[in-house]
Amino acid sequence: MSDISKLYSEKVMDHFQHPHNMGKVEDCSGKGRVGNPVCGDLMELQIKVEKSPSADGGKEIITDAKFQTFGCGAAIATSSMLTDLIIGKTIEEAKKVSNQAIIEALGGLPPVKRHCSVLAEEALEKAINDYLEVKKKGRIKI
Amino acid sequence: MSLDKQVYLDYAATSPVKKEVLDAMLPYLTEKFGNPSSLHSWGQESRQAVDDSRRLIAKFLNVKEKEIIFTSGGTESDNMAIRGIIIGLGARLKKEAAPMHIITSQIEHHAVLRTCQYLEKNGLAEVTYLKPNLDGIIDQNKVKEAIKENTALVSIMYVNNEIGAVQPIREIGKMIESENRKRTIRETRIYFHTDAVQATEYQEMNVEYLHVDLLSFSGHKIGAPKGVGVLYKKENLPFQKMIFGGEQEMNLRAGTENVAGIAAIAKAIEILQENKAEKVEAVNKMRNYFIEKIEKEISDIELNGSRELRSPNNINFYFKYIEGESILLNLDLVGIAASSGSACTSQSLEPSHVLVSVYDNPERAHGSIRFTIGEKTTNEEIDYSVEKIKEIVEKLRAMSPLVPEK
Repeated sequence: MSDISKLYSEKVMDHFQHPHNMGKVEDCSGKGRVGNPVCGDLMELQIKVEKSPSADGGKEIITDAKFQTFGCGAAIATSSMLTDLIIGKTIEEAKKVSNQAIIEALGGLPPVKRHCSVLAEEALEKAINDYLEVKKKGRIKI
Repeated sequence: MSLDKQVYLDYAATSPVKKEVLDAMLPYLTEKFGNPSSLHSWGQESRQAVDDSRRLIAKFLNVKEKEIIFTSGGTESDNMAIRGIIIGLGARLKKEAAPMHIITSQIEHHAVLRTCQYLEKNGLAEVTYLKPNLDGIIDQNKVKEAIKENTALVSIMYVNNEIGAVQPIREIGKMIESENRKRTIRETRIYFHTDAVQATEYQEMNVEYLHVDLLSFSGHKIGAPKGVGVLYKKENLPFQKMIFGGEQEMNLRAGTENVAGIAAIAKAIEILQENKAEKVEAVNKMRNYFIEKIEKEISDIELNGSRELRSPNNINFYFKYIEGESILLNLDLVGIAASSGSACTSQSLEPSHVLVSVYDNPERAHGSIRFTIGEKTTNEEIDYSVEKIKEIVEKLRAMSPLVPEK
């Protein structure tokens, strides 16, 4: 039957039931916590950034990302999808991952749940800024 | 329906039509299809069914037959009661009278709240929305303190639909009667309405005992179909009808009668009266079993509503650190139906006004789940449900950034 789950695409339900990259990153390079339990959504994204050893000058690459989320099915699925989309990307590439890209990757979201994808985008932005800030202060070696 | 197991724990949302009820109503959809307003035998057969149903329900509430109005459901009954009195009184008092005052509570059903807000917005009434205590109960003394010279109507629900809190309707009714005795002729008296939609099956419904002037209830919560309800309105109240047309329902509610629905709601009332005390006791026991089991198996939870003044069918828990919609989705995936106070399950994205009012804590509303059981719920279903609830809560807490680090 699963009437409630018909609200969501198969992809959303799949990520909701079997979320990818849940938890915390060991020695994370940056984190972003957005939302508020009062509003019913709270997301924390942690990323690990490492320099690629390749010949191209060593780009900063997100080698790991993990999330923890308090929220509805859409909030959990967007968090999970976000980590999938950014792992392996350079910081510059990851900056371009928009909420729309998350929605598309999930095969769509109901209109009332679009704010969850915005929250995910904000978490990413905050985590990247956190990383850049920390790097600027020279507290981590890349 | 691919799941092997299906457990329905949302009886306060709606209930299945009972077999006997269906048998009683079906003939009025097919061979006995006459319009009760028609003089011929088809019509008279339908008229008889409506009259018999009215007699049975009048007896159930211990009121006169002409005081029973059939409606389309609880919402219409609530709308009709409140608007009917305020607009009816307004017509009687003429324009120079100050707007009338309504006392209601913050935890009423939207059928009552939105009607009050509509009257307020249109300058037809001023409204006091009482805050319940921490058990979700409206204190009769608070109702008394809120009474003003222009108070014309008090509307307090009998049983809250979300947290199952049973309100002191009889006490409030008696208090209003004694206030009315103190009133001078110049003032109007105060009328008392109760929304008894969630009370019908389990509480005392004798109107004389309750001391109410108006009472609403609905068919689909008690094993009749959706689309039929009842408003009890004491005779000779100042009252303005809302639906205009023919002279059905003592000229108070126009429209050809929903004969099959009316036959059904009467049958449902007849059935629920059979061994009522035993049935209430059995459901009550099942509810206690459910509550105790959850409290034993799962940590970091709180029961919403009163432990003692609680409807026999209602179980409502706050599961800390996790969100209601994701709990409901997971429950649905294992075949369990419940409901949530979370904003994420509503189109408006507003958390439950009931939980927010009682606990002043939106986070609690987001993380609360209501289970409502019925006569048919079994121990085995509860065992299965608690086992699954436990797994789901653990799974979601593992994901939550709110769980305190150990």
